[in-house]
Amino acid sequence: MVRTYALLIWTWTRSAAAYPASFALAAVFTTVTAAVDLGVILVVFANTTALAGFSRDEVLFLYGAASLAFCVTDLLIGNIDRVSGHIRAGTLDVVLIRPAAAWVQLAADRFVPARIGRVLQAAAVLGHSVAVIGPDWRRAWMIPVMLATGIVIFAALWTLAGALQFLLTDAPEVVNSFTYGGQQLTQYPLSVYGRDLVRGVTYVLPLAFVNWQPGLYVLGRPDPCGTPEFTRFLGPAAALLLSLLAALAWRQGIRHYRSTGSQG
Amino acid sequence: MPHSPHVPSPCRHPPEDTTPALYARLVRHGFRRHAAYPGAALAGAFTNTVFGVLRAYTLIALWQARPGLAGYDVADAVTFCFVTQAFIGPMQLFGGGLGIPERIRSGDIALDLVRPAPLQLWAFAEDLGRAAYLLAVRGVPPLLAGAALFGITAPDGPARWAALAAGLLAAFAVSFGWRYLVALSVCWLTDDRGVNVLSLVLTTFFSGMLLPLGLFPGALGEVAAALPWAAIVQAPADLYLGTAPIGPTLAFQAFWTVVLAGLGVLGTRAIRHRVVIQGG
Repeated sequence: MVRTYALLIWTWTRSAAAYPASFALAAVFTTVTAAVDLGVILVVFANTTALAGFSRDEVLFLYGAASLAFCVTDLLIGNIDRVSGHIRAGTLDVVLIRPAAAWVQLAADRFVPARIGRVLQAAAVLGHSVAVIGPDWRRAWMIPVMLATGIVIFAALWTLAGALQFLLTDAPEVVNSFTYGGQQLTQYPLSVYGRDLVRGVTYVLPLAFVNWQPGLYVLGRPDPCGTPEFTRFLGPAAALLLSLLAALAWRQGIRHYRSTGSQG
Repeated sequence: MPHSPHVPSPCRHPPEDTTPALYARLVRHGFRRHAAYPGAALAGAFTNTVFGVLRAYTLIALWQARPGLAGYDVADAVTFCFVTQAFIGPMQLFGGGLGIPERIRSGDIALDLVRPAPLQLWAFAEDLGRAAYLLAVRGVPPLLAGAALFGITAPDGPARWAALAAGLLAAFAVSFGWRYLVALSVCWLTDDRGVNVLSLVLTTFFSGMLLPLGLFPGALGEVAAALPWAAIVQAPADLYLGTAPIGPTLAFQAFWTVVLAGLGVLGTRAIRHRVVIQGG
């Protein structure tokens, strides 16, 4: 499975590398687009020194952590949400008769190596904010755990979005609310949002574990919403649970897919 | 089809074909073409609403830290947020909406240029139909959700509504003018991705869609408020809120409408020559 995936993305990378100037430009363009969100945060902090109790560097830390996880996921499997397009074009049938898992094929489909530009941008912001904040190094072990958790949560979310498109063939944009919406939500401290929304993204759709709960631990801050200390460490468990759900949903989607051709 | 510069230019059309009735038909056609996909429009409305809610919380947090920022109170800021989310569809803030780039690449544009109506007006009329449909189906739901969840305000009095209607029309004209120029650029650039990204960044950042332009610090704010993108979002949003004088705001929008439409005329003339040269 891993070998198939690696082979597929290597093939797409080679095809992109055939036009190096175009590749370099595309990398610059994706970085510039991603920098708009960063620009918004900087403009907000040109007007205030704290947002919902968090300083500029702390918000940049949360933004960097969430963005890095999101952009890595987007780079690796971001095209899984094109299921509805494949269904409408009839290409999903082709995918299903090939001797490789549909998820792997669709995740690697039209892999865009230029998205690495956004990953580097997010990594630079995270690195800069960590250097400025200088967190307690006994707590810094959480940073890689947080990134791995975030990548798994976003990957599960993309998979759920893909699975949902088996139902929403004509309205694929709905799933953007969860994927890109999740990215938008996690860019800011959750203390910004309403209490019910925060409860929802803690206990239902566990976006709070992408960067907020582990980030609070790294920053050594109590949760303004009052969750107990041990919830800082629940990220990996939440990520695992969501992945299982996503895998189930994906299976259901594939199993219940009926090609238009097969109905005669 | 071989063209040569000696062939009389096809831009002289019989006058009876460029009647208002033709353009009314094109507006209706643009409207109906998008009305064929209500599911897609409603999905867009849903996503715009979700992002509106997320953005609203950020703005509330900012206005709690700094009340009265940019001349808005918290209610104004939240209203601004949902109004701008409602503009995404009709003003096509993420770019595109015109079929011209594909037609330039395929060469079909040569046919469009010999039609008995000028390409720019033709495209404008069709796009107006699209905008009208998306304003109703993609624009209204975020406003209703904003009213239900955050109690956003509505313009009061017929004068404000009339100003808003004029402002929306002008904002659409500026949005079209900009996207038309971006679309024509395909004629010179074989790959239009770069221009599209540039346009996306300029339109989302400098229109006020992401943050009210009043928040931009110092000279950046002054420059942003004078650029054409401000006429697409910030100006009509201010007319909605009643936070800007009506006359100067409409004049500002009219100025950019005329400038971009004029550049569009020059651009159309330029691609006409280019098509002739490539064809011959």
